[in-house]
Amino acid sequence: MSRSRMKDGRYRSPLSMVVMFVLALLWFLPTFGLLVTSFQTRDSALKGGWWEALINPASRIWTFENYTKVFEQQDMGNAFLNGIAVAVPATIIPIMFAAFAAYAFTFMDFPFKDALFIIIVAVMVVPTQVAFQPLLNLLGPNGLGISGQYLAVWILHTGFGMPLCIYTLRNYMSSLPFSIVESARIDGCSNFQIFWKLIAPMSMPAIAAFATLQFLWVWNDLLIAKLFLSNSNTTVIVKVQQLLGTQGQGAELITAGAFISMVLPMIVFFTLQNFLVRGMTAGAVKG
Amino acid sequence: MSTPSSTPPPVTGVPVNRETSEVATADNRGLQPLKVLAGVVGAAFTLWFMGNLFLAFAYYPQWFFNNKVVMAILALVVGVGGAALFFWFVNMAIEGLPRRLEHGLMPYAFLLPGFSLIGLMLLYPTIQTINFSFANRTSTAYMDPPWANYTYLFTNAGFWSAILNNVLWIVIVPAVTVALGVVIAVLADKLSAAGEKWSKSFIFLPMAISFVAASAIWQTTVYGYQPPGQPQTALLNAIRGAMGQEPLAWLSIDTGRLNSLLLMVILVWLQVGFAMVLLSSAIKGVPDDTLEAARIDGASELKIFFQVIIPQIKGTIVTVFITILILVMKVFDIIYVLTNGNNNTDVIANMFFREMFTNQQAGRATAIVVILLVAILPVLIYQVKLFREQEAVR
Repeated sequence: MSRSRMKDGRYRSPLSMVVMFVLALLWFLPTFGLLVTSFQTRDSALKGGWWEALINPASRIWTFENYTKVFEQQDMGNAFLNGIAVAVPATIIPIMFAAFAAYAFTFMDFPFKDALFIIIVAVMVVPTQVAFQPLLNLLGPNGLGISGQYLAVWILHTGFGMPLCIYTLRNYMSSLPFSIVESARIDGCSNFQIFWKLIAPMSMPAIAAFATLQFLWVWNDLLIAKLFLSNSNTTVIVKVQQLLGTQGQGAELITAGAFISMVLPMIVFFTLQNFLVRGMTAGAVKG
Repeated sequence: MSTPSSTPPPVTGVPVNRETSEVATADNRGLQPLKVLAGVVGAAFTLWFMGNLFLAFAYYPQWFFNNKVVMAILALVVGVGGAALFFWFVNMAIEGLPRRLEHGLMPYAFLLPGFSLIGLMLLYPTIQTINFSFANRTSTAYMDPPWANYTYLFTNAGFWSAILNNVLWIVIVPAVTVALGVVIAVLADKLSAAGEKWSKSFIFLPMAISFVAASAIWQTTVYGYQPPGQPQTALLNAIRGAMGQEPLAWLSIDTGRLNSLLLMVILVWLQVGFAMVLLSSAIKGVPDDTLEAARIDGASELKIFFQVIIPQIKGTIVTVFITILILVMKVFDIIYVLTNGNNNTDVIANMFFREMFTNQQAGRATAIVVILLVAILPVLIYQVKLFREQEAVR
């Protein structure tokens, strides 16, 4: 045999090695190009393509200026804080409410159970746009008057994340052995105790999976943040969108701003990648 | 539990087995008013406290020293802790009820908060949006005739152009993404373990990037335009320059809807990783013996791919396709950020945002959403059907 084998005995496939290498490079290079551009002054970046800067780094002027400027002039530090203040509660709070509902759907029998769960499956597909005008009325100055504050966005993301969270957790819980719940009931445990001491700890992988997905969605969301947050409470993503509108002077800040907006989700992504994959395999359709 | 009304008659003089008597009382327990009262009051107080504290974040930020970190941490603690406490009180109140009632009510009590939120955030607004779509720009009075917003849209050339773009997105993006995802998943499966892990990580990485940042990335590195005579900083125009041609403002070219196609590339770039991950785990689930059998029969790798692997991962292909389809129907950020619908790149979701936010035309905006909702309805029905089939197998 002329073809070489891998450690596990499969034949090496030169075609897939080459193609995958090229594809991985293609998928990585645009982001890398942004990073390279973000560390150059405006004039330096305009000298030519970002790939030329890599070939001949000495011809360019390298600087952290774009990053310091984007924090000083665009209030990016505040926006970063806002992003965290919006995303963390909006990720964790829906899980509490959804977990109890998922428990009821998995371990209890009641009339209309199937019909109620079908509502969950259906609203997962409903676009969030349906909610904006009525909720702007409800939360805006003519209603509760909380539009523009974190609270409005927490409530919205909690509501919009709820169907997917219930669905994901219920799918996971139905893979847990029913017998442990039955024996706990015979021992006289209340449903609250069974949930809190047995089911919630056992469901941690699914909870982490949903939390990872929800965090990425909330952090990366533009529409809700733009509509429901005032300018001083707005998130990094909205800041980057506003920067993208600028032309000429100041346009060099886009690259730094975009990169700052990617740092935290990337960290979350790399640390929780396994959970993320599991969450997606559990059926992630979001409206 | 079976006969909750029959109380064992108290027998004097006979030693009572303590354990059975306790179980019996637990089973035949009647109303415990104190427990119910404590639970109801506790639950109500928890809700009242949570509601007020959360409103205070919005109304009186000075109470929290205007400090965002303090508010976020408090919100997290009170949100999670309060929810747990609320359920604990509700559980207590319902346990105080007679046994039969308890079993009937408990599931609904556990569902109530979640469903209230879904009702408030999704069901009520859907109905209200349909209602508003027949109303004027401030949602204060009905139009005359009520369907005037729809007439406006259907006679508007811009609307049909946006619909055409949406159709293009729907036809192209899910199919291309799934096809690329399958090819990448199959190729990655042939690599060594380390090679597979690394190459997949690179392709999966854009999953963490927002649509806005992705737009910034592609604008800066690939589609950017500098006036003729200046060095080109982005890839496409640099290639044209190398061939001695004038640079083009790519996102302004609507010949053959080229600009829309270029915007689609960004979404495909973002979503292929998602498709690949799901399809890859499906391909790994294809039993080896079916592949071996095909190989022994002398089938080519290409034939194995189309006639053995593809039929066995059809379910996952459908799931991925639908997920991306739903995403594409609502595609907004990329278009809003890069072209704002100019040069024939408009789509429904961007049109909705413009009518609602820029033009302050709530009536037209909600009418657009209703049309989007109607368009999504077949997908929704299919999802429910698919779910029912899966449940039947369970």
